Amino acid sequence: MGKIQLTQVRKSFGEVDVIPGIDLDIEDGEFVVFVGPSGCGKSTLLRLIAGLEDTTSGTIAIDGKDATNLPPAKRGLAMVFQSYALYPHMTVRKNIAFPLKMAGMSETEQAARVERAAKVLNLTSYLDRRPGQLSGGQRQRVAIGRAIVREPSAFLFDEPLSNLDAALRVGMRQEITELHQSLKTTMIYVTHDQVEAMTMADKIVVLNAGRVEQVGSPLDLYHHPRNLFVAGFIGSPKMNFLEGAKAAQHGASTVGIRPEHIDIVEGGPWQGSVGLTEHLGSDTFLKVTLDTGEVVNVRANGEVGLHHGDRIALAPQAAKIHRFDADGKALA
Amino acid sequence: MARAASPRRRLLTTLAAWGVALVIFFPVLWMILTSFKTEASAVAMPPQFLSADWTTENYVEVWQRSDYPRFFWNSVVISVGSTLLGLAIAIPAAWSMAFVPGKRTKDLLMWMLSTKMMPAVAVLIPLYLVFQRIGLFDTKIGLILALMLMNLPIIIWMLYTYFKEIPGEILEAARMDGASLWNEIVYVLTPMALPGIASTMLLNIILAWNEAFWTITLTTTKAAPLSAFIASFSAPQGLFYAKLSAASAMAILPILILGWFSQKQLVRGLTFGAVK
Repeated sequence: MGKIQLTQVRKSFGEVDVIPGIDLDIEDGEFVVFVGPSGCGKSTLLRLIAGLEDTTSGTIAIDGKDATNLPPAKRGLAMVFQSYALYPHMTVRKNIAFPLKMAGMSETEQAARVERAAKVLNLTSYLDRRPGQLSGGQRQRVAIGRAIVREPSAFLFDEPLSNLDAALRVGMRQEITELHQSLKTTMIYVTHDQVEAMTMADKIVVLNAGRVEQVGSPLDLYHHPRNLFVAGFIGSPKMNFLEGAKAAQHGASTVGIRPEHIDIVEGGPWQGSVGLTEHLGSDTFLKVTLDTGEVVNVRANGEVGLHHGDRIALAPQAAKIHRFDADGKALA
Repeated sequence: MARAASPRRRLLTTLAAWGVALVIFFPVLWMILTSFKTEASAVAMPPQFLSADWTTENYVEVWQRSDYPRFFWNSVVISVGSTLLGLAIAIPAAWSMAFVPGKRTKDLLMWMLSTKMMPAVAVLIPLYLVFQRIGLFDTKIGLILALMLMNLPIIIWMLYTYFKEIPGEILEAARMDGASLWNEIVYVLTPMALPGIASTMLLNIILAWNEAFWTITLTTTKAAPLSAFIASFSAPQGLFYAKLSAASAMAILPILILGWFSQKQLVRGLTFGAVK
């Protein structure tokens, strides 16, 4: 079981309100991603749930029981840290067994569980090494191993992939997703990378300045962002925002259109010239300066034969235009 | 950063280093030389360097005239005991200051250090009387307590700087893994800080071993360590330099050997964790 409920959770450091008051329900077995720019309070929120920070007010309930004032060890949660936080003086085997040892489990049971976890994570041949002798990816696996052996009610991940190189990151991302599918345990995952959020999450919580901007499934956030912040944060490359006449035309103060929802059409309503082009093979990203002055990003197919300075006409897909009022809220 | 030093410059700095080292070491060297001279040779003017009458008689006499093993044992018990007791207090203290600092932690550290600036004589009479009154005078436990308190600020400071280098996330990981505070300190913090703790321990054993003021004033016979052993040779009959030197050499020999074998650790300790 791993149902976590936050009710009006507030955290301030001295005078500064880092988290002014959050309500959030995390269902058992869900993969929830906290995403937001750095300094938005996502790591603090995770540490509050872990018990590594004390809440200023509000309650945190785990499986229906008030855990607000429980020490971390008593919450039944496991955490994977950004720096891996392995014990450098212990072998991999002892690292993974440490939580079991702390729980007072028998040596034979410990050994069996460690073997099982090592098998799942392909660590069997490294069990007698020290963390210093492992690569970044292997260390990450050890950290995950240490988290899964004790069969916690939920896993907390604090930017676990940010110290890995790009190729390894994609691999570990898939491994963690698969792990979630096989364990079916609640996972809370903090990242600043919206691609990680989109690819891994059942539910994304977008945070900004300590507030929840929107909670929803990845596609929900992609298709129906509730405000400018979410619209700009989710999706890569970023959504284009246009103001002035082009927005007024749709009865809004700002309109947003994603690069993939702009077509290159002969005689289209937006005329401009191509600036930077990025050829990725599968796609080409164009930076187009419109004659009216705005710059929009356009995603075209990989074969498009456009170059710097070419004249171009664009047409936004009418159904995909997002409208926002003067406060940045989405208009229905 | 490596700087290219010219051979001439390197020669000069090497010579200067040797010069300074020799000046510092000279008294010890002179003491050892004197310990092998006859009393007449030892006080001869001008000082005899190579032309002295050499003898090992002083050592034999010192050994026969006094109970060296007892003084030695007292020194071991007092220096090791005060260091271990100090560590037992300082590890939790340094833990809390390094990982859960309060608003006044820095001030507290400064205050502790400032107690080292107080002249020891200032508390001589009160401490002497207190020790006499509660029966700690001339006991090993009394000296262990006194020296432990004397060196505690240094032990805490050193451990504090070592603990500061340990990433807090590792201790948090231990907490998440279900470790109690005690287990966190025993299984994670202490083994990780072991090199630092070892340096601290060595340095404090040496400090306690060499301490003379309190060990001489707070003891008479039963608990007297090697510092008192040396002092006993500046006897009423007058100074016997050769025998005094032999006694001194015997007193510093154990700690000299310890220092020699633990040089590396000690240098780390003395740089207060600045060199990683």
